[in-house]
Amino acid sequence: MAQAQETGELAVIIGLEVHVQLETDTKIFCGCSTAAADEPNTNTCPVCLGLPGALPVLNEGAVEAAVKVGKAIDATIPERTRFHRKNYYYPDLPKNFQISQYDAPICQDGRLEFSVGDERRTVGIRRAHLEEDPGSLKHKGGSIDTAEYTLVDYNRAGTPLLEIVTDPDFRDAAEVRAFLAKLEEVLEYLGVFDAGRDGSLRVDANLSVVAESEVGADGSVDADVLEAANRTEVKNISSHKGAEKALAYEAQRQKNAIERGRAVQQETRHWDESRGITVSMRSKEEEKDYRYYREADLPPLEVADWKEEIDIPELPDARRERFREEYGLDVEAADKLTATKQVADFYEELAAEFDADLAATWVADNLLGELNYRDMQVTDIDGRLDEVKRLVELVAAEEITAKNARETVLRSMLDDGRDPDTVVAEEGLGKTTGDEVQQAVEAAIEENPGAVEDYHAGEDGAINFLVGQVMQKTGGSADPGDVNQLLREALE
Amino acid sequence: MSETPVDPDQVRHVASLARVSLDEEEVTEFTEQFADILGYFETLDEVPEVEREPELTNVMRPDEGRAGLSQEEALQNAPDTEDGHFKGPRVS
Ligand SMILES: [Zn+2]
Repeated sequence: MAQAQETGELAVIIGLEVHVQLETDTKIFCGCSTAAADEPNTNTCPVCLGLPGALPVLNEGAVEAAVKVGKAIDATIPERTRFHRKNYYYPDLPKNFQISQYDAPICQDGRLEFSVGDERRTVGIRRAHLEEDPGSLKHKGGSIDTAEYTLVDYNRAGTPLLEIVTDPDFRDAAEVRAFLAKLEEVLEYLGVFDAGRDGSLRVDANLSVVAESEVGADGSVDADVLEAANRTEVKNISSHKGAEKALAYEAQRQKNAIERGRAVQQETRHWDESRGITVSMRSKEEEKDYRYYREADLPPLEVADWKEEIDIPELPDARRERFREEYGLDVEAADKLTATKQVADFYEELAAEFDADLAATWVADNLLGELNYRDMQVTDIDGRLDEVKRLVELVAAEEITAKNARETVLRSMLDDGRDPDTVVAEEGLGKTTGDEVQQAVEAAIEENPGAVEDYHAGEDGAINFLVGQVMQKTGGSADPGDVNQLLREALE
Repeated sequence: MSETPVDPDQVRHVASLARVSLDEEEVTEFTEQFADILGYFETLDEVPEVEREPELTNVMRPDEGRAGLSQEEALQNAPDTEDGHFKGPRVS
């Protein structure tokens, strides 16, 4: 059992298996709905319940989604791909096998580029394959080990999953988190993924620790060295944040063991989110125990040419570059505005209708800023973007001041759920009309003959006094610059 | 019958993967039966190649919903249920 040396610097090596639910209307091998259901076992049929004689038929939508992902990660779609049965006996699989892919996955040899801080990184994606999601279990009366009994719901069984397997290219937990965020962003842009859906992203990670001296200048590690190092597979990670915490913990646990001269056991470990630790899981199966064999009920697929036929939308990196060029945005604003497709689409809608700079201020600074302050996401105000657009319209038409628009109207929209026109009316924020300002100017002149005299005598302070009078009469809603101008004209 | 030797440990391993517990007598019995079954496959290997029908490819259905089973129908063969779920023993 080779282990990293007890002395010297240690390096962490991480590879991922990311399971993402593909956003289709129906399951991968039957016509049952994939929508969230209120009641258990209400989206099932003989196929996804594994009843005798039922036959799977592949959902074209799931294949199309997988090809889109393949295109986005620059993967090869092989001429021929097919399905296998992965056999294991567990009640979340009613058939006692999972239909998956084994020797001919639909995507091979891709890559994904992402940023960690200022650094650009590229991680290799070995493969991505289609499979069916198992059902969900509830362990009643205790934990998985101590429960009295188990309840099973097969609504989720058969939801299309894409398992994305990376090369062991990650060197720390922060990189993993940044990669997962980028992967989600790309999947959302492709319209094949819903990050808001519970359990839509699940991660298993392989982590081992080797001597820093084994890591090459380009960050690569010899395959023999990786093979020789004992690794753990950390399961049950369900978010970016969870991945960073789980892997930082596991890396430290292995380093501590090695530094104390103890061997790292090659084993499967379970991330316990509530306790913030990984715990050893008894795992009986090895790869060969899954007894993979070809799924004879599903003929092979030949969809390599779909890669040419299926269009994918502009991806985040390309869109970010275009935003910088087309709208003259700085890096920070372009990053913020392309972080999700929804935000980017909304920005472009506003930029087209009003003005690119005004739109950037409103979306990147005001809207995202106020949302962030409230720990909210754009998805939380999904149905109200039209109201935000109306608010920007009011600002663009100079019907309210920018300051009032953000500090009063936008905040009230988010905090009290009022719409912009209501806030403007109820708070009396409408900019005073020209007529009213003109009347106030005339009144101020008439009521303050002393100041008028001083003005004509060339005293600079006099005009400021008169402006103040007008502002008072208009309740502060007039523009001081305009008032100044109007006063000077009236006093000519 | 078979050329393939099967040892009792293999039988125990396969039984454990299937979560089936066997007593020693059954292990002996199934060891013999495994060997017989593998023997049948060896016989099949001797069948000459015949011309196969052309293979199907790309059999798919559109992503369109189809009515499935009601909860009651889904659960009607279950030996035990609770709150609309299938109910079974602890899994570990
Ligand atoms: Zn079904």
